Amino acid sequence: MSLRTFLNSITGKQDSKDVAKERLRLVLVHDRASVSPEFLEKIKEDLIKVISKYMEIDEENTKVIMHRMDESAVLEANLAIKEIRRV
Amino acid sequence: MGEVIVVTSGKGGVGKTTTAANLGVGLALLGKKVALIDADIGLRNLDVVMGLENRIVYDLVDVVEGRCRSKQALIRDKRYDNLFLLPAAQTRDKSAVTPEQMKALCTELSEEFDFILVDCPAGIEQGFRNAIAGATRALIVTTPEVSAVRDADRIIGLLEAAELNSPQLIINRLRPDMVKRGDMMDIDDILEILAIGLIGVIPDDERIIISTNRGEPVIALDKDSASGQAYRNIVRRVMGESVPFIDFDENKSVFNRLKKMMGLGG
Repeated sequence: MSLRTFLNSITGKQDSKDVAKERLRLVLVHDRASVSPEFLEKIKEDLIKVISKYMEIDEENTKVIMHRMDESAVLEANLAIKEIRRV
Repeated sequence: MGEVIVVTSGKGGVGKTTTAANLGVGLALLGKKVALIDADIGLRNLDVVMGLENRIVYDLVDVVEGRCRSKQALIRDKRYDNLFLLPAAQTRDKSAVTPEQMKALCTELSEEFDFILVDCPAGIEQGFRNAIAGATRALIVTTPEVSAVRDADRIIGLLEAAELNSPQLIINRLRPDMVKRGDMMDIDDILEILAIGLIGVIPDDERIIISTNRGEPVIALDKDSASGQAYRNIVRRVMGESVPFIDFDENKSVFNRLKKMMGLGG
């Protein structure tokens, strides 16, 4: 620990570069999670392709969306099933 | 077959054009045949940074629209052997060129030149897509600021999507005094966030402004300047050499040692 970080820990102050880094980290989680509709459409097509091996998917009623949480991102896929194939 | 390198950043004003100019001159000084392409149509500036603004006859759009051959539009920089500039059009906009046309042009030039450096416009729209279309390698310029690093991150994503992989980072305008005080992100902070390879660090240096005033890149005008040395190192790394990174800590830097030796204090 450098003298500066030690002093900061006592006074409760934070270097402005650490504030910058933390803010960047958070904003990038959001930025990186903002994907284009085309990108999500591609994921949806691939998901359907894979799952179709096991069950018949109702493409009309299938949705793939991206959520942003505070510090993370979630990919949510709702696949409507028409029929389960017997494997 | 030459290498086509795009110099990009996302954010404007971080030093793309200055970097392209210095790397171009640096490569030419090492005996490489270099073409600099200004892809910033409508806001051309590489010509003034290079000091070649009075020699423009044809431009990039004239070439792609077939009004002249690329050879006629390439301005030879008489101060260096084998350095040429293809200026952007000033009175047109970015839609005047397509990515396919840029790709064809870069392919054509790569038969004759060792290096083609493309100065990319700011932004992520068509100008950016044009600039990266023919590139085989990308250098991303950023400064140690939140806004510039954020935009660099976006560019890295877009380059990946365009299958222009393994871009390398240039950190520009680093201020060692501010880093020391904890008021500027350091090299490791930025590399940790962006997670790409580093190819060079340029210290903040007023000599860049002086050299731009004169229209002569600092790498040639002011060889002993800290920025000139940093650019020379990047040039060597671009050519595949492994060059140790300069320690910009005030007392250790070569520049300051030199100043001390000459009795200039510091």
